Amino acid sequence: MASILIADDSPSMRRMVATTLRTAGHEVIEVEDGSAALSVAEQNSFDVIISDMNMPGMTGIELVEALRNRSLHQHAPILMLTTETSEDLKERARKAGASGWLGKPFNPEQLISVVYRVLARHSSKPTTAGALA
Amino acid sequence: MSSMDLEQFHDIFFQESGEALDSMEQTLLALPAGQSDQDGINTIFRVAHSIKGGAATFGFTELTSFTHTVETLLDLARSGRVMITNAETDLLLCSVDVMRDLLAAASSKRTPDSARVAAMQAEFVNLIESCAGRKSVSAPVPEIVSTPAVNQPVALANASTSAGGAAGEWKIRIEPRAQMLRHGNDPLRIIEALRELGEVSVRVDAAALPPLADMDAGACYLKWTVQLKTAASREEIEQIFAWIDEDAVITIDAPVVAVPEQTSAQVAVAEAEPVAAPASPVVETKAPTSQPASASRETTTQAPSAESSSIRVSIEKLDELINTVGELVITQSMLSQFATGRGDHSSDDLKNGLSQLERQMRALQESVMRVRMLPISFVFNRFPRMVRDLGSRLGKQVDLKMTGEHTELDKTVLEKIGDPLVHLVRNSIDHGLESPDQRRAAGKSAVGTIHLNAYHKGGNITVEISDDGAGLNRERILAKARERGLIGVDEDPSDERVHNMIFQAGFSTAETVSDVSGRGVGMDVVRRNIAELGGNVQVFSTPGKGSMVRIRLPLTLAILDGQLVRVGEEVYVIPLVSIVETIQIHRDQLSSIAGQTELFRLRDEYIPIIRLYELFEIDADSTDLFCGLLTIVESDGRRVGILVDELLAQQQVVIKSLETNFRPLVGLSGATMLGDGHVALILDVPGLMSCFESGCGRRRPALSAA
Repeated sequence: MASILIADDSPSMRRMVATTLRTAGHEVIEVEDGSAALSVAEQNSFDVIISDMNMPGMTGIELVEALRNRSLHQHAPILMLTTETSEDLKERARKAGASGWLGKPFNPEQLISVVYRVLARHSSKPTTAGALA
Repeated sequence: MSSMDLEQFHDIFFQESGEALDSMEQTLLALPAGQSDQDGINTIFRVAHSIKGGAATFGFTELTSFTHTVETLLDLARSGRVMITNAETDLLLCSVDVMRDLLAAASSKRTPDSARVAAMQAEFVNLIESCAGRKSVSAPVPEIVSTPAVNQPVALANASTSAGGAAGEWKIRIEPRAQMLRHGNDPLRIIEALRELGEVSVRVDAAALPPLADMDAGACYLKWTVQLKTAASREEIEQIFAWIDEDAVITIDAPVVAVPEQTSAQVAVAEAEPVAAPASPVVETKAPTSQPASASRETTTQAPSAESSSIRVSIEKLDELINTVGELVITQSMLSQFATGRGDHSSDDLKNGLSQLERQMRALQESVMRVRMLPISFVFNRFPRMVRDLGSRLGKQVDLKMTGEHTELDKTVLEKIGDPLVHLVRNSIDHGLESPDQRRAAGKSAVGTIHLNAYHKGGNITVEISDDGAGLNRERILAKARERGLIGVDEDPSDERVHNMIFQAGFSTAETVSDVSGRGVGMDVVRRNIAELGGNVQVFSTPGKGSMVRIRLPLTLAILDGQLVRVGEEVYVIPLVSIVETIQIHRDQLSSIAGQTELFRLRDEYIPIIRLYELFEIDADSTDLFCGLLTIVESDGRRVGILVDELLAQQQVVIKSLETNFRPLVGLSGATMLGDGHVALILDVPGLMSCFESGCGRRRPALSAA
């Protein structure tokens, strides 16, 4: 269905997200940090990018900023995974250009439905429809 | 979507969390005393944070709750509101242990030591409260109207996990915009999700519903008002609406009065309270928890000793392996072309092919062995913590140096070398290093040094544990040895022999038995463990300067570099590592003591001779000492000469255990298959020596003694 990039330094979370989304029929590429995500995202176009907020090296927010500065994923939906609940952090993520966040703990069903929803919302927006075509 | 089994990710989570805790511990130990190390604290915070996220996702509530408390403290430290001094570092180190225990409990599906966890958690909460005041403590649970439970220390930890506070009635209005359904947001789903949080009653407002003819089937015209009776926090409720922010207007009104209702989660809180209540929490306090604390402590302090049966291999090593196999395939096809006889091949080509095959087989063998190799840092890493703990317990200042942590050795050897090394390091700190006052008096720096060093040498790995302490006390060891009747009263043994005495069972010269070491079990166990691994131990000591223990270990347990020797019809394998030299002896070198043991003089040393053919009751070519060859072997610093007829090739042999297939035999450590299909027995040099020394040697054959 959709091609999805997941960046998370925790192998178990990454595997859980990837397996869940693959089971739901998506094509998933896993990377373990922000800079790897960036270099993969420069070569390939993804329908959704999911990133952990809290990674060593480049943080999730820095990744979003970097992606928004590049043409390929300027408008693609980017979801943040986070345990952090502070409004301040959410605000910073939003300002950086994150499309939304998914708070840990989440279960596979929640993940699938969130991805489904961002995909649906995204394709209904005329600005990004052009970019996808 | 059918529910997915999260259990399949548990093992990865346990492994990664174990590694994360190791790194947390290392970072904690590296924190500079008395100054703030922002990077270090950030790293530790990140580790705790990831563990919490994973634990919450995979449903380990106790771990989530505990880690959350630790994280709260770390967060305060991160923002500079708490200083991480020595006391806090100690507490955090203990928390690492608790988290390890919780992880181990989760992975083996046993109940963790709840009393310890609760006590620890209470200690954290006290610290958080005293350092930062109540305001910041209640920060993670905003919006909940202050109920008595919120002020309870333990409730803080539970609040974030769910159902921590009392249930209140929330009023939620959902006013969808027209596009909501088209964006994949289903209001029904949301109400279902709310229902999971607690008791729900819903009222629909259909006032905006247009006449049927005007209705757009994809639009949403209804509004809902939901009354939700739940103990969940605003966070948890908002989470449900996280994805519809643009598609609907959501208003959430917090409950006005908290209903003092006891949920099951609160019962757990109440039980933990007695532990949390005392002003000075003691870890050992036994709390009336839901299960017998004493029994659970017994089982939990002993982590499962199962050596983990999986191994992480770097891609690089696997690539190398695949590469070699690829080359082997090419060589094989080349050789089979020779066999079909097509083309013009000389026997030289065949020889070249075979030697290529041999080279590649050796490379393959090495690559496969390397797959099983892990750096010794896996064992070394536990020492910084141990040295710190021991040093502070014994009032000694210790500086630990480690070199050669990247030296690799076989996983099995690695797993078995841990305990002996722990014993040795303990001994060095307890017996070797002096107290700071004694050190100053001796003109040394007050801080003692323990040095762990590992390196490859030949086909072996050497691990050295050295200290700059007082060294072994020859007089005390001699006195003890005389007392135990190990040596005669007038005997004056060599330093080497004296040093080796510390490996005798029940031999401890410590004047007071401390809880650290000095019970006299240890050094003999150390030597036995290392001998079982096919290695040996040596002790070096200089009075006043310090001592060093050197352990030599084989790289792997499966393959041995051997010297093949022939005695009559039989071929034996002598481990190359124990061979010093092989000589022909002259008549004038020979002497004997009281006609019993044959000795010969090699330079300045008298060395006993073992006649293998006598020991094993076989026929040799010659029974004349001067016709055969004498192979000098060494073990534990002692040497003997083994009389053989002929030296054959040196080769690597694969060890087949006799013990598993037959039974243990004195003087033999195993068997191997030779290239021609014959079986050769592998000599166990230390076993041979002790058998010889204990007198069963010369006249009684080993095989019947076994």
